[in-house]
Amino acid sequence: MNDGKAVMRANLKHFIGAGAFVVVLTVIGVLILNTDRLLPPAAAAQAASIDFLFSVEFKLIAFLFALIIGVMVYSIIFFRRKAGDTDDAVYMPGNARLELAWTLIPLGIVIVLALLGSRALAQTTRIDPQAMEVKVIGQQWTWRFEYPAYDIISTELVLPVNKQALLRLSSVDVIHAFWVPEFRVKQDAIPGGERLLRITPTQLGTYTIMCAELCGRDHAYMNAAVIVKSAQEFDAWVIEQTEAVSDDPLVRGQQLAQQYGCLGCHSTDGTVIIGPSFYQLFGKTESLEGGATVQVDDAYLFEAIRDPGKTIVQGFPNLMQPTTSAGLTDEQINDIIAYIKSLK
Amino acid sequence: MSKKTNFLSLGLVRGVFAMLVGMPLGMGLVTLIRLAVGLPAWNAEPAWVVGGLVGAVAFMIGVGSLSDWFKLAAGGELPEHPAGAVNGWARYFNFTLDHKVIGVQYGVLSLLMFSIAGLFALIFRTELVQTGLQYLNADEFNTLISLHGIVMIMAILLGVAAMSNYLTPLMIGANDMAFPRLNSFAFWINVPSGIFLLSSLFLGGFDTGWTGYPPLSVRAPLGIQMFFLGVYLFGLSSILGALNIIVTVVRLRAPGMTFFRMPIFVWSAFATALISATATQLIALSFQMVMFQRLFGMGFFDPARGGNVLLFQHLFWFYSHPAVYVFVLTGLGTISELLPVFVRKPLFGYRWVAVSSLGIALIGFFVWAHHMFTSGMSEFLRVPFMYSTLLVAVPTGVKFFSWVATMWRGKMSFETPMLFVLGAISIFLVGGLSGPPNAVVATDLHLHDTYFIVGHFHATMFGGFVFPFMAAVYFWFPKVTGRMFNERLGKLHFWLMFPAFFVQSFGQMFIGLFGMRRRIADYDPALGFEQPNWLITIAGMVIALSVLIFFINLVYSTKRGPVAVANPWRSRSPEWLLPSPIPEHNYPQPLEIVGEPYDYGLVGSVFVRIPSTAVIEEPVK
Repeated sequence: MNDGKAVMRANLKHFIGAGAFVVVLTVIGVLILNTDRLLPPAAAAQAASIDFLFSVEFKLIAFLFALIIGVMVYSIIFFRRKAGDTDDAVYMPGNARLELAWTLIPLGIVIVLALLGSRALAQTTRIDPQAMEVKVIGQQWTWRFEYPAYDIISTELVLPVNKQALLRLSSVDVIHAFWVPEFRVKQDAIPGGERLLRITPTQLGTYTIMCAELCGRDHAYMNAAVIVKSAQEFDAWVIEQTEAVSDDPLVRGQQLAQQYGCLGCHSTDGTVIIGPSFYQLFGKTESLEGGATVQVDDAYLFEAIRDPGKTIVQGFPNLMQPTTSAGLTDEQINDIIAYIKSLK
Repeated sequence: MSKKTNFLSLGLVRGVFAMLVGMPLGMGLVTLIRLAVGLPAWNAEPAWVVGGLVGAVAFMIGVGSLSDWFKLAAGGELPEHPAGAVNGWARYFNFTLDHKVIGVQYGVLSLLMFSIAGLFALIFRTELVQTGLQYLNADEFNTLISLHGIVMIMAILLGVAAMSNYLTPLMIGANDMAFPRLNSFAFWINVPSGIFLLSSLFLGGFDTGWTGYPPLSVRAPLGIQMFFLGVYLFGLSSILGALNIIVTVVRLRAPGMTFFRMPIFVWSAFATALISATATQLIALSFQMVMFQRLFGMGFFDPARGGNVLLFQHLFWFYSHPAVYVFVLTGLGTISELLPVFVRKPLFGYRWVAVSSLGIALIGFFVWAHHMFTSGMSEFLRVPFMYSTLLVAVPTGVKFFSWVATMWRGKMSFETPMLFVLGAISIFLVGGLSGPPNAVVATDLHLHDTYFIVGHFHATMFGGFVFPFMAAVYFWFPKVTGRMFNERLGKLHFWLMFPAFFVQSFGQMFIGLFGMRRRIADYDPALGFEQPNWLITIAGMVIALSVLIFFINLVYSTKRGPVAVANPWRSRSPEWLLPSPIPEHNYPQPLEIVGEPYDYGLVGSVFVRIPSTAVIEEPVK
């Protein structure tokens, strides 16, 4: 048997050759895996540390890919069996020192990677005590944004630039996930409690919030706009929104029906999306599951909105959660009823 | 065949008939109970669930899987290893004790399920070529992606069982599995399981993905109950099959075969079985809890009734992550098994490779929550799970480095099985290296639930299972059938599938990084994903075409292929000492293991000896 050193010397030519393969492949890999081109433009402070980590990871991937594939391709080219050769190759059953090296070195690499990852994670969750709170409520298949400080409810997320927003995510029905690719970070909105996500937008513009967790039929379309405005524009928007509250219950009701996602399931033109249409609903006689019939009047509509599972119209699934309307005051429900009445 | 085989003499046919009788019986039973306690007589959901369970039992009775046990329970006697009652092709449609027949049964059913799941993928991939919805509505799309996932998983588990059933006893010099009847039971229970999974298509489908997260799964149509039933049954198959492998490996090794002299494939089958036997219960439990929430109103996952939606995810992933290692360990074992044969060199660092399988299996139990980095579980928990997940890279790395060292200064030849082995290594490398960005929490916050993940796990599945499985089918084809496959068709299969896979996988990762979410029926045209999606679909179709060529090759060569020589790959593994196809009880005399399995190139080395005859190993020059 050869001792290690003699094998090394005999292998020297091959080591240099395979090494060249690895170097060339690494360079090509690093050029291809350029995170500036592979990721959407970054638009939040949290994205910076994540993108840095991506670039570290991609370079590492390029090198390790080249290391294995380079040596493999070199072997395929230079260590082929010649036609008619039935002899076995050189007997090399193993080398404990090598095995130890390629156990311990990767161990070190992954620990460093995990340390970097922990640091980046800490940066994305860094707390700004001045953060602006926004409640983000997901429901099949719309988003609602509530600004407790300004008493605003919106179907778009409007944020001032360079100010941390503390998003309090929740869901009234199934699991949804809040994701804006330009912000990088993602967080599920789940029923049964609030989950926090911090975003500090750094670029003005309009982006898209996408639901990233499969949430049923229209999951693909569960998008909402996020608009990043300058501080002055944001203040102007706040004033506009707070002054925009109409004196007309019908207009308020229409806004609420939109903001609370009613119109995602209840159409205003008679078509059936998920639940009964609002069109010509008032005054109608509906048959209920279990056999009873009911005349749709104010009292029935109020009860149906406040406690949706109590009575179910025949032929419709019992899907609407009581939590859907939990945030509505009695007066707001009456506004929505006024709106439904107007759909004749 | 001496006598003509009667249609009804096939266990499969009897089983299906029994099932058709059993299901209405079960439904009637539920209706009677409901009437007795004063509920409205008909409720589809409990009727289908109980009908399904009774139907599955009826199937097992019909197929004859329980007959021997009934006989034993009634005090009867059974011979230990009776010769098969049925011969010829009919064996494959009947209850049988021969592990090789069962292995082939698993393999054929696996390929069938694989084709069905692949067909689902082709349908929804075609939908994704353009934005908007052209061929499917959103519910159909969601049902198809869900079924694609779960049917593929079933196909892979069947493929894993095919390999470990056929090969493990042969490689350790045993004449069968430790529990042949249990073995056959574990196979046949998969048939009702597959029927249930596919029946969900006709019962409203289910829009939850194969992960079935509540509350969505609580609100899904009836189809989801059939999905739960199907998973329940193939999970049972997995557990029973794994117990059998464990006992077989521990108890039935030939004299002289210490653990460190076992062929490396046996190591991976053993590690795989350890995972299957201990983790599968958790997915069954998680689905059962959703099932009970739907049937009995138990609020396990309903916050309004004291439940917690995250509890499901912990239970579910406690199996479903290790399950990934069930899929790939067998494949990686196949790579390690075949590589030395085609390189004519020992497997480099055999012991390290063997132990790395156990290492992966062990670490695999501590990483489940990396599927939940954005789920809203306790934030601090994300960090330890990041460390444990990254740790998987270490034993996996040992395998890669050992494979490359095995190739180094070897004498490589490139027959079809070897092409698939090399393809598997390079694709699994892509799968493996795209793992750390998901394992590191900060970057996963971007990648989670995107097509990057889709690309990542398809690379691990293709590299870790599909390619090795195909390598194994080609490699042991002459052993199973006694005939050679067509080498040119085999190479064509490879050269279509291999590049197409890279296009598909890289395409998926690319659009994922850029913001394409998983599991969406439609995407915003403004994102510019139409072209890559078109390319991914074309690549998928090329893969389907190559698999079709593979099937044609298998069917044609089984009938018309040239008769294979005794040991076409000049392997040292003991199964090649036997005639092909192998007789019913494998080895006529017990083997004696006198050396190391992979000592290619060591002059005078011998692995296996059959006592009382001379060394059968071909002389080493």
